[in-house]
Order: sequence, then structure tokens, then C-alpha cells
Amino acid sequence: MRGRSGHSGPSVSTDAGTRPATTATTTPGRIGDSPLRPDGTLKVTGEFAYASDLWHDDMVWGVTLRSPHPHARIRGIDITEALTVPGVTAVLTADDVPGENAFGLEHADQPVLAVEFVRYEGEPVALVAADHPETARRAAARIRVEYEVLPAVTDPRHAMDDDAPAVHRPGNLVRHLQLRRGDQSVTAPVVVSLDVEVGMQDQAFLGPESGLAVPAEDGGVDLYVATQWLHVDQRQMCLALGMPPEKVRLHLAGVGGAFGGREDLSVHVHASLLALRTGKPVKMSYSREESFFGHVHRHPAWLTYEFGAERDGTLVYARARVLLDGGAYASSTAAVVGNAGTLGLGPYRIPNVAVDAYGVFTNNPPCGAMRGFGCVQAAFAHEALMDELADAVGLDPVTVRQRNGMREGDRNITGQLIDSAAPVAELLQIVADLPLPPQRDADADLRALPGSVGNTTHGEGVVRGVGYAVTYKNIGFSEGFDDYSTARVRLEMTGGEAVATVHTAAAEVGQGLITVEQQICRTELGVERVVVHPKNTAVGSGGSTSASRQTYVTGGAVQAACVAVRDVVLARAAASLGREVSQLRLDGEKIVGASGEVLTGLAEVLGEDAVEETREYRHRPTHAIDPETGQGDAHVQFAFSAHRAVVDVDVELGLVKVVALDTAQDVGKAINPDAVVGQIHGGSAQGMGLALMEEIVVTDGHVRNPSFTDYLIPTILDMPPMQVKVLEYADPHAPYGVRGVGEPPTISSGPAVAAAVRAACGRPLRRVPIRPEHITGT
Amino acid sequence: MRITTTVNGTEHEVDDVWAGESLLYVLRERMGLPGSKNACEQGECGSCTVYLDGEPVCACLVAAGQAIGREVTTVEGLATEGELHPVQEAFVEAGAVQCGFCTPGLLVAAHDLLERVPDPSDLEIREALAGNLCRCTGYEKILDAVRLAAARQARP
Ligand code: FES
Ligand code: FES
Repeated sequence: MRGRSGHSGPSVSTDAGTRPATTATTTPGRIGDSPLRPDGTLKVTGEFAYASDLWHDDMVWGVTLRSPHPHARIRGIDITEALTVPGVTAVLTADDVPGENAFGLEHADQPVLAVEFVRYEGEPVALVAADHPETARRAAARIRVEYEVLPAVTDPRHAMDDDAPAVHRPGNLVRHLQLRRGDQSVTAPVVVSLDVEVGMQDQAFLGPESGLAVPAEDGGVDLYVATQWLHVDQRQMCLALGMPPEKVRLHLAGVGGAFGGREDLSVHVHASLLALRTGKPVKMSYSREESFFGHVHRHPAWLTYEFGAERDGTLVYARARVLLDGGAYASSTAAVVGNAGTLGLGPYRIPNVAVDAYGVFTNNPPCGAMRGFGCVQAAFAHEALMDELADAVGLDPVTVRQRNGMREGDRNITGQLIDSAAPVAELLQIVADLPLPPQRDADADLRALPGSVGNTTHGEGVVRGVGYAVTYKNIGFSEGFDDYSTARVRLEMTGGEAVATVHTAAAEVGQGLITVEQQICRTELGVERVVVHPKNTAVGSGGSTSASRQTYVTGGAVQAACVAVRDVVLARAAASLGREVSQLRLDGEKIVGASGEVLTGLAEVLGEDAVEETREYRHRPTHAIDPETGQGDAHVQFAFSAHRAVVDVDVELGLVKVVALDTAQDVGKAINPDAVVGQIHGGSAQGMGLALMEEIVVTDGHVRNPSFTDYLIPTILDMPPMQVKVLEYADPHAPYGVRGVGEPPTISSGPAVAAAVRAACGRPLRRVPIRPEHITGT
Repeated sequence: MRITTTVNGTEHEVDDVWAGESLLYVLRERMGLPGSKNACEQGECGSCTVYLDGEPVCACLVAAGQAIGREVTTVEGLATEGELHPVQEAFVEAGAVQCGFCTPGLLVAAHDLLERVPDPSDLEIREALAGNLCRCTGYEKILDAVRLAAARQARP
């Protein structure tokens, strides 16, 4: 088999040595440094094996036949003709699923292959394997499925109506979160309210869903796949394949971005079923169009908010109703409702609160996890309303937010104590004080103007606007979930050099977790060379690469395993040196005494032995919220960020050029400062995309724009320069003080951009993405 | 159909190519060169960018038959004798690579820009790379990388 990214033995090139040591005894590339990513060279030479690059000698190709209807009854499936196509090796339907024909992240409510009903456009109905992908596609087109089209629920605002068709029994409600705090009948002298609508966003990771399933001699299967959480995939695959975990082995193939869109299964069971049936390795790789149907999206949302405040802008109460379209299957909708409900009023002190958040089933595409997870939608509402409040009381947008901003020691709307830094006012001040971009020249280059080389304006009709937004986001899994990661660390001498090997199942999706794992090992073990073992299910779960949790939770597990290894090594050294363990440390492959004197070499202590330890790390427990009041310690950590956007808007044509997008964020401790900034840049871009251009357009249950021609993501011409300021207020409860980084920038950037456009054009703009006609009012 | 093409200086010959296959498919699936990426296969993302007779093209839009007898250079051909090209080095060092799926196409596009314009302005960089989507980086560090590569190449 070809490929070098994590499936063909320990062949990932993970040598450290990217920067020279500065002193003889301090290991470079520790936490707080910014060593280069160990897979960087493979990625720039084209040798890094993404899931779609995998190849096996006698492999065949699998394709999926999907439903053309949002809701239909399957009257019959005839595969006879498809089977006669030369080159076809298998055609499978629901009857061929050996285990339970069901999967799902939180509830196994989705069939692996449709039985009786299809509930959304794009639902998998049948599979074909053939010797060429085009042969498989043509054969799939010859499967005859007889559908009886049924009425579909496509407007989530009517999904809970009495006469709405039921997508599932008993009804279309996935979750209602009710939250009540303080005085429910309180009034206030200043009242502002609004309705906001947020469109459906796509993760649009560039690496298509892909995997290679290889049937094994023990009757099981090895699946090489791009995913965010190997073990949750394994659990669902075991159910559907009717096999124990030891026969369903997963290996992380190279992942081309994720952003939540790889939390749910894609090719996993399908490729495995075909491999087990044909006895051959099966590759599946979605086209871009299929990818739009092959993963969940960000929930579109309808939000109704009201704030009551004193005349000085101090919030007295907030009332909010949030409706999220979950689409046809549950996926992670309940947890997204949890976030939208418990965090949906933003990082503000509000004594009296009523929130109702709903997730509903419809026959629209299933929605689930995407970076920012429920907080993104809510932030467009609470931040737009904050600007309304500022106007109503005659304050500027920064001051009104600072006046109400959460501080350490406050309680949030679920009554949870904010027990580490909450620098809302400071973050806002930082972005407000950053230098503004220069005013536009009279003879500005076209490429710097709205419309760019479309030559739509030379500056006439162009108005500049500035907007602010601030957010907070939970880090890690919430509401009582047993959230943990596992790490195995091994230390040994190889060819005269000390080598640490770190093995976790935590998915590297591009964010740089493997670099962080190396940095932690170097810091704790004082060795420079750290090999990152290919990621697979041969070690315990690493939890999900989501909720901005991996540096925190898998980082905590790697630290714990390193400490356990170090304890063994130092105990041996102490015994042979006749010293106290507490006086020894490991650095630069040496055992060093209290004043830094070298006592002996690691080589002498280890000899031929390898020391290996495995540890699990759990963050502090979280708790379910009260079903009546929504009160409880639902989350373990909160991360805060603020953005300032500057835009030029052609108010006549409705075109927008983002001129600057600046941000400040508290990351607790930057393990790898360069990578932290990279996360903030990328996250900010995705938030901006939702504000201005990104929407999956769904009409009557049909996706209208499943391509990069029609679903636009920001290009390098759309993105402005970004000033990023990073604060490091250590969280005393987290390993090294870290605070999750990945999501907050995606949450606060979009509302800041929307606010800036509003400021420029003077219209309320209550829907994102903002379209030209919203700006011009035509 | 038989396809004979020179890729990265080596002649490749493959048989039984179906007429509908793109140059990208043939490179990735038949010639063992999966470095060029397949993020959209619709000419929208630039991840498949290769040189065809010295011109950067989207390999997904070129029918394999059109490449017969021509010279192709892919990301796998940018390094020489195991030495990374300065553009490749700069992408790694500047942190322009996260997931890296956009990287092969961006490298070819940036390589081509610096051949034509050794000291590009930021606007020139943005315009030259406007056909290459990246979902991870927000492009800031990609700009850094191209500036770094330009500065290094300017040094004698
Ligand atoms: S794969 Fe060719 S342009 Fe996207
Ligand atoms: S680094 Fe992931 S798409 Fe560019």
C-alpha cells in the first residue's frame, strides 16, 4: 500500500531538529517555543498521504447512490441491471448490513443504508464497488429505486406545528432547552429587541471525505480514514458491522481539514461493507458535490432576542428564543442546542434571564457540528442587539460591552461561577486601541476596493464602517459528558540517542496537535527527538478533535504519561546515584541535579530498556443542567475573544471589502504561539465567510449550490490583513494553564463584520450572510 | 488509450486510460503521483495546479489525452536532489501549512509568480493566488511565506 501519513507503520517523519539548540542543556522545541510541524516537509513535497491519496494493489472503488428526494417511501430497489455492468464487483442495499442498520453520534437514528424511507436529499440508499470509479458511478445510475414521494417538512419554523408530517416518531422536537434565572417579571426603562436569521454554513474542508477499507485475515477490517474521532467511529462501525472492536481497527489517514464536518461517519461503514463483501481493499472518495451531501452542516437559526437595561446601559434582563434546524437526523443537534441555550447571551452579566432553545427535525440536510457549535448563531443576535442597546442609551459599542462584560468571579446565566480569567473589557480595549487602517486613497488600486477588478467603483458610493463583537465559548465536552483522552509515551535509547515516542488516537486534522504532543514530551522528558506514532485504535480513545479540546485534554494525557515515565527514570537514577528523587530532573538527555550539574546520562540509566507508560486524563467533571431552570455547572472552561472589523461598502451596489479584521484572545498559555496565531487567522476567516458569503441554499429540501462555484468561501483577495493580540491568563485548572483556541475567533469575527457593514450602510441587516440586496435595500 | 507524458523530467507511459479521465486522475491514480490534490475537480480551488509545458493549469480541467507528449511538473518536481525549493521551505517555516491540502497547488502558483515577478507587492501576491482556496490559514501566513521566499531568492 502506498502512503506515508499514518498507516504504514511508524513512517511519519517526525524528527524534531527544526531549530538549533541554543544551549547545551536546554532541549529546544518545548512548550512556549514555536517549533515547526513535523509533517511540514511531507506536506510541501506532496508526499503526505491524505485519505484520498491511498492506494492498494488490487483495490476497487466504492460509490454511494443517494436519494434525490427530501422525503419518500422506498417501494422497491432493483439492482439486477447494475450487477450486469462489466467491472462491477458488488451492489449492496440495506439488506446487506450485517449488524444494526443504524448509526449516529448521540443517538443511532440514521440508517447506514435507507430502509423504507429516505428523509433528506442525499441520504445513502445503495453502494456499488467496481474496478474504476466511473464504472461504479454508471452502475449506480442503473440501480432502479421506486420512490413514493411524501410531503416534506422543510420550514423548521413549522416543524412543530400539529399538522406537520413527522420526520421521526414520536415527533419533530430534538431538544427544548428551557433556562430561567432571576425575576421573570422584571421590567426595565430601556428595551431593545430584534429577530435575526443565520443561513446554513458548510465546513468546506478541502480534503474530500475518503477512506480505504482493507479486509483482514481474521474476518475483520482495517479502515484508513480521515476523521475527527477514531473511537467514536469505531463504536458506530461495530454496531453496524456486528463485530467486536478488536476486528474493527481504525487508522487515521491524512486529514485535509475538518471543522466539525468529520465528527459524523461518512465512508466508514460503506467502504467496510464493500470490502468485507468483495474480499478486496475498497477506496471511497467523495467528489465535492457529494461532499456537500456527505456531511452535516452548521445549523441555520432563527433567533428572537430582547434586552432590558438601565438608562446607563447596564443590562437588567434578557429574553431569547432560538430555533435550530437539525435536518433529518439527530447528529449532535442536542448538544448544539445546549450551547446555544446556555451560552447564547454572550459574555455578559445579566441577572434576569429567560431562554428557550429548540432543535427540530425537518427533511432538510442534517446539521451538526461546526467550529463554534451553537455559539456562532447566537453571537450574531446578541452582538447585533448590543449595538442596538448602545444606540438606545447613547453609548459607543465598546463601552456598552465593557460595562456589561463578564469578569472572573461572576456567575453566568446557568449560575456557573466563572473561576478563571474573563477579560472581556480588556480584550475589547485592546482591539479598540489597535491602529486603524489608513483612510482609502483617492486613487486606490481597484483590487483594494469593493468589487475589485470588476471595476464597479473607483471610490464613489463607498462608505467605511467599523464594528465590534465579543464572545465566549465552552472548551471541551459539557453537560456531564465523560470527556477524556489517553496517551502512551515510551522512552528509550536508539542508535545512541534518546527517543520518546508518543502514541495517542487524537486526530491531527491540520491544527498542529502532533507538534504540541512533541513539545510536551520535550518539556517533560528533556529529550529532543520525539516520534509521533501513527494514530489508530490500538491505544485508548483520544476523544474528539472538536470543542477546541485537544491541546487541553490530550495535552493533559501526554503530560501525565510523560510524568509517569519520568518518575520511573528518575527513581532508577536516584537509586543508582544514592540521591533523593526530588533533587533530580531530566534535561538534554542528562540527569541533572538541583543546581543544574550533570550527574549522569539518560543512556546510563535506561541501558537497553524502554520505559513506557499509558495514562488517561479527564478534565473536571461537568454536570447536566436542571430541566426546568437550565441552571447548573454545564461547562468546564470558557474562552474569550473580541474582534474589530473595518469594511468599505459600496452602498449603491451592495458590495463589501473587508479592510481589516483585528482580534484579541485569551489563550491561557500559548503552547505553540505561531500555531495559535494560525488558528486565530483561519477561524476569523470562517466567521467572516458566514457574515458575507457562505450559505448552503436549500429550497423545498433541495440543496441548490453543492459546488465551490456556487458556495463561496473567502479567497486571499477577500481576506484583509489581521492584527492578532494574544493574552495568556493561565487557567489554574488546566494543564500548563491552557485555554482552548480554535473556536472563539470563528464566533466573534462574523458579528464584528456584520456590525461594520451595518455601520457603513445604516441598514439593520438582520440576516447573514449579508447579500448585496440587503445592503442596497432593493 | 495510451498516455505518454513527461512528468517531473521522467517519461511516464500508462495504458487503458478511459477517455473521460483528467490529467489529475491519471497523475494521482495511474502514475503514482498523488501530490496534486483533488479538492473540487471543477476548476474552482486550485489544489490541483501543475505546470503544463511551463504554464500553470488546473490538472482537473485538462483531459488526460491533452497531456500526451507534453511536459508536466507537479509539486513532487519542485524540490531538486532532495533539497526543498525556497518556496517550499518558506511555506513550512512561515506556518503557511496547516492541513496542507491547498499547499501543493499554492506552491506551484507561488513558484510561478516568483518566476515572473521576483519581488511582488502584496496585491500582486493576492491576485496571483486568488484562484487557490485555503480553508485553514486565512491566508496571512501564506502571504508571509511568499514574501519570505521572495526575500530569500533576492539574496545572491
Ligand atoms: S481540483 Fe482542480 S481546481 Fe479544484
Ligand atoms: S492549509 Fe488546509 S486548506 Fe490550506
